[in-house]
Amino acid sequence: MSVTRRTVLKGMAAAAATSVTGVPKALARERKKPPAGAVGMLYDATRCIGCKACMVKCKEANQLPPDPGGKMGAIYDAPDDLTGYTKNVIKLYREGDRISYMKAQCMHCVDPACVSVCMIGAFRKDKQGVVTYDPGMCVGCRYCMMACPFNVPKYQWDVAFPKIVKCEMCRHLLAEGKLPACVEACPREAVIFGKLEDLKADARNRLAAEPGRYFPKVYGETDGGGTQVLYLSAAGIPFEKLGLPDIGDQPLPELSETLQHAVYQGFVAPIVLYGALGLVIYRNRKRQSSEEEGDK
Amino acid sequence: MNSHFRPVGGPILTGTFLVSAAIFIVSVAILIWRFIVGLGPTTAMNDLYPWGIWITYDVVVGTALACGGYAVALLCYVLNKGKYHHLIRPAILTSALGYSLAGVSVIIDLGRYWNVWKVPLLWNWNRNSILLEVAICIMTYVVVLWIELAPAFLEKWEEDAPWQWLRNLSLKIHPWLNRILIPLLALGILLPTMHQSSLGSMMLIAVHKLHKLWHTPMLPLLFLLSCIVMGYAAVVFETALADKVFKLPRETKLLAPLSVVMVVVLFAFLAVRVGDLALRGRLGLIFRFDFYSFMFLLEMALFVIPAVLLIFRRFRYNPGVEFLCAMMMMTAGLLYRFDAFLVGFKPAPNAAYFPSIPEMFVTLGLVAFEVMAYLFIVKIFPILGGVTHAAPRTGHGGVGVPASGG
Amino acid sequence: MEKEEERDTLLSRLESRGVTRRDFLRVCSIAAAAVGLPPWTVAKMAEAATLKSRPSVIWLHFQECTGCTETLLRTSHPALSELLLNLISLDYHETLFAAAGANAEDALREAMRKNSGKYVLVVEGSIPTKDNGAFCKVGGKTAMEIVREVAPEAGAIIAIGSCASWGGVASADPNPTGATGLPQLLRTADYAPILKGKPIVSLPGCPPNPYNLLGTVLQYATLGTLPALDALGRPMFAYARTIHEDCPRRPHFDAGRFVEKFGDPNHRVGYCLYKTGCKGPKTLASCSQQHFAEVVGAWPVGIGHPCIGCTEQSVAFRIPLHATVEIDRPTPPDTFAPIHAERGAVSPAAAGVAGLVAGALAGAGLVAARKLGKDAAAKEGEEKEEGK
Repeated sequence: MSVTRRTVLKGMAAAAATSVTGVPKALARERKKPPAGAVGMLYDATRCIGCKACMVKCKEANQLPPDPGGKMGAIYDAPDDLTGYTKNVIKLYREGDRISYMKAQCMHCVDPACVSVCMIGAFRKDKQGVVTYDPGMCVGCRYCMMACPFNVPKYQWDVAFPKIVKCEMCRHLLAEGKLPACVEACPREAVIFGKLEDLKADARNRLAAEPGRYFPKVYGETDGGGTQVLYLSAAGIPFEKLGLPDIGDQPLPELSETLQHAVYQGFVAPIVLYGALGLVIYRNRKRQSSEEEGDK
Repeated sequence: MNSHFRPVGGPILTGTFLVSAAIFIVSVAILIWRFIVGLGPTTAMNDLYPWGIWITYDVVVGTALACGGYAVALLCYVLNKGKYHHLIRPAILTSALGYSLAGVSVIIDLGRYWNVWKVPLLWNWNRNSILLEVAICIMTYVVVLWIELAPAFLEKWEEDAPWQWLRNLSLKIHPWLNRILIPLLALGILLPTMHQSSLGSMMLIAVHKLHKLWHTPMLPLLFLLSCIVMGYAAVVFETALADKVFKLPRETKLLAPLSVVMVVVLFAFLAVRVGDLALRGRLGLIFRFDFYSFMFLLEMALFVIPAVLLIFRRFRYNPGVEFLCAMMMMTAGLLYRFDAFLVGFKPAPNAAYFPSIPEMFVTLGLVAFEVMAYLFIVKIFPILGGVTHAAPRTGHGGVGVPASGG
Repeated sequence: MEKEEERDTLLSRLESRGVTRRDFLRVCSIAAAAVGLPPWTVAKMAEAATLKSRPSVIWLHFQECTGCTETLLRTSHPALSELLLNLISLDYHETLFAAAGANAEDALREAMRKNSGKYVLVVEGSIPTKDNGAFCKVGGKTAMEIVREVAPEAGAIIAIGSCASWGGVASADPNPTGATGLPQLLRTADYAPILKGKPIVSLPGCPPNPYNLLGTVLQYATLGTLPALDALGRPMFAYARTIHEDCPRRPHFDAGRFVEKFGDPNHRVGYCLYKTGCKGPKTLASCSQQHFAEVVGAWPVGIGHPCIGCTEQSVAFRIPLHATVEIDRPTPPDTFAPIHAERGAVSPAAAGVAGLVAGALAGAGLVAARKLGKDAAAKEGEEKEEGK
């Protein structure tokens, strides 16, 4: 029996060559920019008083039921985090005498991980850059929950027909020209809504005008490729303490999509490999049957 | 009928079969409950650990252990080692069952399973999603596997079918199969290459949530290499077990060279694994001796020990040692995947996950079903090769092998 | 000069008592503010006072305890109640009248004749409907008959108190008299022609907050309109919010500070009465904002007893006094979510089971490996023997 290592190696080399030629094109994944009409929100933790009016209004505007926590049952709406029934939550950071509030919600990333991983596009980014969820296309695989660096999408674990739940910037209100409910409710304009570029400028102005008041960074300007919900923190309170992780400037989908497309660009490599395999198998079987005939 | 493959015959309702059936029935009851009340009460998955053992074991590990078919196909059809040909059918059977049950596991894990029919529709595809590629690949591969296995069923039904129409149908279909054989076999090697590596790629997106000992761009390559190791190890494991249980002739001389392949691929895996960590300056993490460091070292031990042992001919030809090494490699691969998906995954402080008892029972139940199906099929259909079944032992499992029996 | 017919206006009456126009305007603005009418109504009030005749009010009593009248009288600021008793012409009121018997009846008929189509009919007390309404008779006529007589020519109808609004305490199970509220009676087929699209205002409460009546009457008397009403005919200015929403003890509720038993230390310091059965969350009324008898704190919760939901037909005299109710719109309590919430735990039972299974599998594998090794050694031995 002649060794087919040569044929195998030939075939594999062919496949490798074609996939390598595909790589330079694939690696040129351009860094995504916010869309032209990008809107966003700016949350200034130094202005927030923790009144939680935004939490109440969010539940009302999105018709969400209360999230009872603790022993008293459903007389409070007391989520301890974003949940399958809570799209917006005010968290408290306390260290000794220092406190800061933190409004947790979807960051509406410029290059969202959830949009990248969603199999049939239940998560999409609309014209204004709002990351939207379509339960009609969702199979509940929860890959978005694994992917999101901020752990935003949440799931309704206790029902037979669950959904994924996250802030969609009250797009039903935006469509009517109204403001998101949390922005409307805030008595101190701690969270404001507007065009992303305007908000970025506003944030930078605040840092410049009162440098002693703020931690010197606008979170979301470049983090994770940029987010459309920006954060300002009080001086001396870095964002990690508020639960906003240091994720660098590279959008998460860049690595996975680059690698995936490097191999599968245009489906060339798989097809070539398939061809090579077919060829090898065919020749092997021919050799085998001719050997068998030779034996007879 | 192919002179190699014969039904093993013997009673179906053995001790092993019945115990497996009992476990399976309990897991079905749990699954009915799961569909009524949702995943929350039945599993321990939570908002920070949305994937539990149903994904990590049943799908990710399960399909890798079911890569025996892939491994033997590479041997027989690509490297043209014809003497392994009789291993192909049992390997493909295990693969077909393993992948089918992985598919079932996905359905029971999905929260909005009623939308799953939309996934194969081309126009819905988000081609950036690695999970989509895995899903489509696995769906296709399951079909390919059962078609590859079909000759075993057709051979049996041509000779002895319970209904005449089945016999006629078999006679009609069989020649067609021969025609599509080569494209099918090529697909049967291409598809696992694609999706087993992509299973690793799935964790690429979790850049900041997966521990640095496991997150690397080399994930797809590492998953592919380890799945090949696991595939061969599974073949060695199952062949040794089946030969013992069904009293078939021992195949030590045949299995030993497989160990060479395992060792080579293992060392390739280890080289990439450690080399990649070194290149990224992460070697220090191995010696922190925290929880993650211990898991890494355990993984490495389970990979390295068999790799070293099987270098020596003496051990390769010792069925006991070979069997043990195969088990260690399968466990190492299992641990590697668990670490990459669950153990090394820390999305936030104060987050934890350990499967609940009903959750574990469902996984056990699905494995039990696999055991039942395997036993049933090899007894009725010509899957295993060599000698026919010796005088049947009524009732209980094979001697000295408590985990399964004939 | 022709003698002008002296108009019986409020201002003329007040001036005759030495109240100047300026004083009058000042009191008007206080009164308007008290019942939530906007500042511009003061001018209207002044206009009405000088130009309009005082509207006639006919006040009927049926199955009642007279608490509604009493509560009105307990508005202890003399200027206010006096102002309103002078702002309107109370032409028939059984409790306040000096007259009785036939004289009283004549006064009623006269008032009806003179102000036909314009008088305000205020009804206090429920109307029995069983046994032809025999359970309540005034002057030989049943309540139903009186309603048939008086209601058709009213300009506006006000049902004051829970009894008149929906039946009140008399209508509690088993409701032996068939007590019903005035709006419910007037909406039955029999009485619909009488109603003829007249507005009916309901002012439930047991007793109702007197300012609800005062505000309604003030607006009607000065602006000629009735305040905005909800689906049950209750003025929105008083019945749009629950007691719970504006309760002074709400911070205690939000912070989880509750009275557990009457008389306990928590009760003494004034904590929230939710656990003792406060019906505040289910009760729409203004008591938490506008207390009674013009004394701050003079309302049930203020004196340490849970609200009994006296305005609500589904609550009062139905849900036991000390049974707790559901909160319809729960809001966040006075606690905050942490930056990193806890999720998941390692259950020792599950860990145990997993350990057992893993151990069993490992053990089985080791046994199998040894067996295979032994078999192979035995076979080797055999082969060696054969080879010899």
